Amino acid sequence: MNTDSLRRMRGLIRKEMAQVVRDPSSILIAFVLPAVLLFLFGYGVSLDANHIRVGVVLESTSPEAQSLSAAFQNSRYFDVRVGRDRREFEEELVAGKLRGMVVVPANFNETLRNGEASTAIQVIADGSEPNTANFVHNYVQGTFSNWLVQQSFDAGRPEVATPSVSIEPRVWFNPELRSSWILLPGSIAIIMTIIGTLLTALVVAREWERGTMEALIATPIGIVELLVGKLTPYYLLGMGSMAVCVITSVTLFDVPFRGSVLALVLISSVFLLAMLALGMLISTVSKNQFVAAQIALIVGFLPAFLLSGFVFEISSMPLPIQILTRLIPARYFVTCLQTIFLAGDIPSVLVPNTLALCAIATVLMLLVAKKTNKRLD
Amino acid sequence: MPFGRECRSPFTYPMPDLLASVESVTKRFPNIDSPALDKITAVIRSGEICGLVGADGAGKTTLLRLLAGLLEPSEGAITVTGLNSVKESDAIHERIGYMPQRFGLYEDLTVIENLRLYADLRGVVGDERSEAFERLLRFTDLARFTKRLAGALSGGMKQKLGLACALIRKPQLLLLDEPSVGVDPISRRELWTMVGDLVDDGIGVVWSTAYLDEAELCDTVLLLNEGQLLHDGKPSELTKQVKGRVFLVSGIEENQRRHVLAQTLRKKAVIDGVIQGKSLRLLVKKGETLPSLPGTAQSTTPRFEDAFIDRLGGGPGGDSALAAQMDPISGDKNVPVIEATTLTKKFGSFIASDNVSFEVRRGEVFGLLGPNGAGKSTAFKMMCGLLQPTSGQAKVTGLDLKTATSKARSKIGYMAQKFSLYGDLSVRQNLDFFAGIYGLTGGRKRSAIETMIETFSLQAYLKTSAAVLPLGFKQRLALSCAVMHEPAVLFLDEPTSGVDPLTRREFWTHINGLVEKGVTIMVTTHFMDEAEYCDRIALVFRGRVIATGSPDELKSESDAASLEDAFIGLIERETKEGTAA
Repeated sequence: MNTDSLRRMRGLIRKEMAQVVRDPSSILIAFVLPAVLLFLFGYGVSLDANHIRVGVVLESTSPEAQSLSAAFQNSRYFDVRVGRDRREFEEELVAGKLRGMVVVPANFNETLRNGEASTAIQVIADGSEPNTANFVHNYVQGTFSNWLVQQSFDAGRPEVATPSVSIEPRVWFNPELRSSWILLPGSIAIIMTIIGTLLTALVVAREWERGTMEALIATPIGIVELLVGKLTPYYLLGMGSMAVCVITSVTLFDVPFRGSVLALVLISSVFLLAMLALGMLISTVSKNQFVAAQIALIVGFLPAFLLSGFVFEISSMPLPIQILTRLIPARYFVTCLQTIFLAGDIPSVLVPNTLALCAIATVLMLLVAKKTNKRLD
Repeated sequence: MPFGRECRSPFTYPMPDLLASVESVTKRFPNIDSPALDKITAVIRSGEICGLVGADGAGKTTLLRLLAGLLEPSEGAITVTGLNSVKESDAIHERIGYMPQRFGLYEDLTVIENLRLYADLRGVVGDERSEAFERLLRFTDLARFTKRLAGALSGGMKQKLGLACALIRKPQLLLLDEPSVGVDPISRRELWTMVGDLVDDGIGVVWSTAYLDEAELCDTVLLLNEGQLLHDGKPSELTKQVKGRVFLVSGIEENQRRHVLAQTLRKKAVIDGVIQGKSLRLLVKKGETLPSLPGTAQSTTPRFEDAFIDRLGGGPGGDSALAAQMDPISGDKNVPVIEATTLTKKFGSFIASDNVSFEVRRGEVFGLLGPNGAGKSTAFKMMCGLLQPTSGQAKVTGLDLKTATSKARSKIGYMAQKFSLYGDLSVRQNLDFFAGIYGLTGGRKRSAIETMIETFSLQAYLKTSAAVLPLGFKQRLALSCAVMHEPAVLFLDEPTSGVDPLTRREFWTHINGLVEKGVTIMVTTHFMDEAEYCDRIALVFRGRVIATGSPDELKSESDAASLEDAFIGLIERETKEGTAA
């Protein structure tokens, strides 16, 4: 590479930097957008169910029934209201104001005494939201079992309380099962997808729209110089957003960071380059900022959101879709980030995923180089 | 003026004579039937300004891009400085300067940053760079503005900066795509001086333009029309062909001249005629003599446009089918139909329109003339109720646009810049839509649409999308959409800029016909020729009306030969008074 070529690249990078500094939209996309999205994902999206509103219907007034009702009220999973008749809650359940009802029937004590604990209470859940209905069902059952064990203890029947095999679940990497720990690293992948594609999609399309690209390609500049000149500033900007995301996640949302910064930087770089290349490809083809932004969202954000395994488990997708996910760079990045944050540098996970990212990035770069030419037709 | 003779051009050393040759080049674009350029053969020499002249869509930009090696010819070959434009385009890029439309500047970079970028790209470094910057900044008179963002420069300054960027390394060939669009007449004149200096140093310049008056300033002209090369040679060779056949007829009563023009154009001997101020400008067919007319005819110097029309076989007739089917609008001719009283519009601290006042009588053609950004569109938009004035009053047919907006608007027909049709809708759907928004329904709507289709021969295109219509039909459709509801007042925003002279004449034939029927017309234009069609014009500059009068009055007021000279004279007087005050 000769000095002329280096000078041209340096000139382009400097020009691009000056534009970034003066153009609030680049700053907005690079720093404000990730922060906003991270807050949305961190605070807004939660797969944990806390404070589910349920009604507890006490048809029995026995001390046991009262005690069970107290157990529900003490649970952090429920916001409980107590009534005497299920009709009190029926309307609210229909209106969606309550997610479920727990009925403690008049013959509660009798059934318990007969050892038919499994049929002692009735659970009615709002099936229009199956996820929540499941939570209601499981948590009621859990609370009820705990209460039964407690009761046996109090009654001095420890044989019920200590079964011969005790199962004590221990969850690795995320012992409290906080969904934000899983969601935040995943959402960083989504955020970087949006930012990476949008940054370059907009700026190159803008050059076409304003006619500056035409002036540029009529100079002695080469394709590689043009690409390097465009990618370098936005790579730096993108890594800046990455830093914002990581620091916010670790400090504000207490997500652990167990891997190394080096691994994070390396893998993020490969991913970011793939995304920047995708953005450039989009804008080179569309040559129009509005269309480029639309396409960037459709081919960048949507597949990343739906098919990366960030929210929706890939293993539970139908096989053809599972195969499709292999084409989505975010899929590999989500896995890498979750691993680096929660588990550490685990080569058996990181290496194959990074190689896949490298392959995708290479293909996209080659496509961009092929599509970018110094001609208008 | 900073660009007098004493300002030497920035370069000096000799170069070869033949710079570029175009050999039977055809360029086709996918999905378009007719070629953008059809078997063009031409040469470009150093030390000359070669004018690439033609209307929008004639193929000017395509030819420039082919020369710059940015497009590949479908057939034929182009050689630039001895290099093949396809195989050796990289080497060509080293040797040419290219200024695309809208100057190719980064508006969010400062003047010096733009220069620095292009210096980096073209490998101008060290002492060579500082010399080049100094020379170009002096040449363009931009030294005071190096720290200003390019986007904050005026049209004229942008154009000079664009030129400076294209000249960073002395090119052998300089390609300029419509450099004079969006530039005020004074800056335009300065640019011609600057380019003249470059040419003196041996650089070859290709200057593309849709303004036919610029053709006469070029050393050679390539005249393009719908992809065909109509003329290749000196502009005088073309105008010579109509010598002695162009007449100026004066002394016709003012309210009669449109009528006389229409009648004259019916005669076989007269192949073209337009209104020029108080007079008629007529072109007589080869071998014929001027028929007898009211008023006195005088032979006049032919213009490039006269020759162009002659080359195309004459203009359209003078009868408007549109006006023929229209009922005359009755009413007193002396009552003002359009009234602007101290119209002022502020955008923040910027005064876009400053105390603008004028009156337009029934059946008058009134023009707002001024460079881009002078504020004529702002004044215009207030007159048709699209913009609320900050202060002052706008009235149409006696109705205040502020209080009786919709009632006033129903009297108005509006044709926006670039025709503003719905490109994705068919001709029929466009007609339907515009009839609907102007409040036509049922039988009235049907008959109005039928009349328009018949009058403008739109039958064959009814199912065609407006976007792909031939330019002439696009204009017809736009006009029919604006007049379908038979408005008493017609607003035309830059109606024929960039349009070929035949289409322009057809358009003005209809307008003249409508005026005969009593319709009042208000036009904005930056096109001096078009301003000659008006009865009266107001010159707008920096938001203010600096002079009002008939084209002839304005010319005699500033003792100028052309309207452009008059305009420049008036602006200079105005700025002088401004600095004195």
